Amino acid sequence: MKGLKIIVLAKQVPDTRNVGKDAMKADGTVNRAALPAIFNPEDLNALELALRVKDSVPGTTITILTMGPGRAAEIIREGLYRGADSGVLLTDRAFAGSDTLATSYALAQAIREMGHFDLIVAGRQAIDGDTAQVGPQVAEKLNLPQVTYVEEVLSVEKSSIVMRRRLDNGVETVKSPLPMLLTVNGSAPDCRSRNVKMLMKYKHARTITEKQEATEDYTHLYDTRPFLYIREMTVGDIKADADQLGLTGSPTKVKKIDNVVLQAKDAKKLTTADEGINELMKELIESHVIG
Amino acid sequence: MNNIFVYCEVEEGVISEVSLELLTKGRSLANQLGCQLEAVVVGSGLKGVEKQVIPFGVDVVHVADDARLEPYTTLPHAAILNKLFAEEKPQIALMGATPIGRDLGPRVSSALHSGLTADCTSLEIGDHEDKKAGMVYKDLLYQIRPAFGGNIIATIINPDCRPQMATVREGVMKKEKINANYPGVVKILEVANYVTNLDFAVQIIERHTEKKKINIKGASIVVSGGYGVGSKENFKLLYDLAAVLGAEVGASRAAVDAGYAEHDRQIGQTGITVRPKLYIACGISGQVQHRAGMEESAQIISINSDPEAPINSIADYVITGDISEVIPKMIKYYKLNTK
Repeated sequence: MKGLKIIVLAKQVPDTRNVGKDAMKADGTVNRAALPAIFNPEDLNALELALRVKDSVPGTTITILTMGPGRAAEIIREGLYRGADSGVLLTDRAFAGSDTLATSYALAQAIREMGHFDLIVAGRQAIDGDTAQVGPQVAEKLNLPQVTYVEEVLSVEKSSIVMRRRLDNGVETVKSPLPMLLTVNGSAPDCRSRNVKMLMKYKHARTITEKQEATEDYTHLYDTRPFLYIREMTVGDIKADADQLGLTGSPTKVKKIDNVVLQAKDAKKLTTADEGINELMKELIESHVIG
Repeated sequence: MNNIFVYCEVEEGVISEVSLELLTKGRSLANQLGCQLEAVVVGSGLKGVEKQVIPFGVDVVHVADDARLEPYTTLPHAAILNKLFAEEKPQIALMGATPIGRDLGPRVSSALHSGLTADCTSLEIGDHEDKKAGMVYKDLLYQIRPAFGGNIIATIINPDCRPQMATVREGVMKKEKINANYPGVVKILEVANYVTNLDFAVQIIERHTEKKKINIKGASIVVSGGYGVGSKENFKLLYDLAAVLGAEVGASRAAVDAGYAEHDRQIGQTGITVRPKLYIACGISGQVQHRAGMEESAQIISINSDPEAPINSIADYVITGDISEVIPKMIKYYKLNTK
């Protein structure tokens, strides 16, 4: 069987799981600089699933596609260190303010430009929005079948794929024709770690913008090692309808943002002292809350 | 035309809880807007299914009944909604934030180019003025949800695109029948007019489901742990306390992510919503997403070594200290006082 061409959709996200006290600025807006930028966790599960297909079907190649600012090239390098073959960074100010639908449109247009593919693999959702919408929306834009919440690919044949997906109350085995798009659930296997050889091979991989801004000059490397080019796509490369991009192309608008202000209740305050805990338990038993 | 539509999930002829909750919310929104409430039921063996939904104040039930439509697969259900919504032009479409709703909603919103907001914790009707464009929008759906790690509450609107779509988790809205004899009508959809054979490209080969073993939603006492519990081993203390009190064990997302507890136990915006008589929060800092799933508990005890933990501000009792010290004492004094 011929190898597959796989596209992995990945996103660089602020690490909202570890939000510290300095995450909010005095004016109530989010202080993005205080949050580390990471590879979205379920996109790493997605990469691992793609890598396992590559392990089982020789000749398979994996391209990571991400949309974001210039520094999102970091996660493409991270993917290359773990076994992906190439990456595409979709970046342009025209994408700023995109909701999930405008994001899906831009990604779908980029995928059309990237040429033939057999399989698109995405994480179920990103931790900064938790919407789980971009995967199915990209599938719809490309008129592909979709399967969400996938944990494992069970078999791949020339024109079909069989996979197991996680339901709220069980599992389902489904078969889909190729090409198709699947989203990977967080319960799927964790991503393998970086491979030292790949790290050495790709550590100087750069987008064209990064090269222009770089202080070190590795020009001689890039001339002889074309794999060090991370492809950069801008709005001009994807034949997009400007009305469907960014804020203009987003049906949803943020009307307002409220800070979370807690109204302190008059709580009874206790310590670990025995007396207080004894009184508390008595009180709860007497009021029939417990017991 | 321009009514409120609720996509009702159905399995073996039974409409899901979350769908009935959404019908209740949909009815109150429809009253406010002066429009009708319509339900869509897509599945197999649906004879008489309308009896389950009409008492919630549903004016029209659209039923698509075909053996191929259950169990759920994405494409045929999406094809039915896409065409039905194009014909009926609903102003609002609601679905459960379940594995089905979260698979189907984005597919439909993309096809119709309408906005979708996931996991709303509140839905309201209100106006919006776009000063730049000089436009005033009347009676929009405010889709309210925590965002960005729970540090903010965002109100999302869809000024120009219809339907305004939102998903809501089970347990967030209250369920209430309004009239057992409500005069709703049934419209049977001719399935062949809505789907093609190509829509059945994805086949279910095998399906294995089981009844949920964990029933946190129905528990009157919940002992819940957060990242502050520190380890899976320490979580055992929570099970000990729960066993003594006849409680269920819940967890915050941080604790689930850290592997301290199973995913089925997650309480909060992206987990289960509970309203027990007593909620004992152990080592939970209390981000807004977590609070969205438990703040309507009748009484809250917070046990936390950090006296400044945000959850303390909604607690009725705050115990400042380490859970490994506090929980054994709670067990001890519970036993002493109930003898």
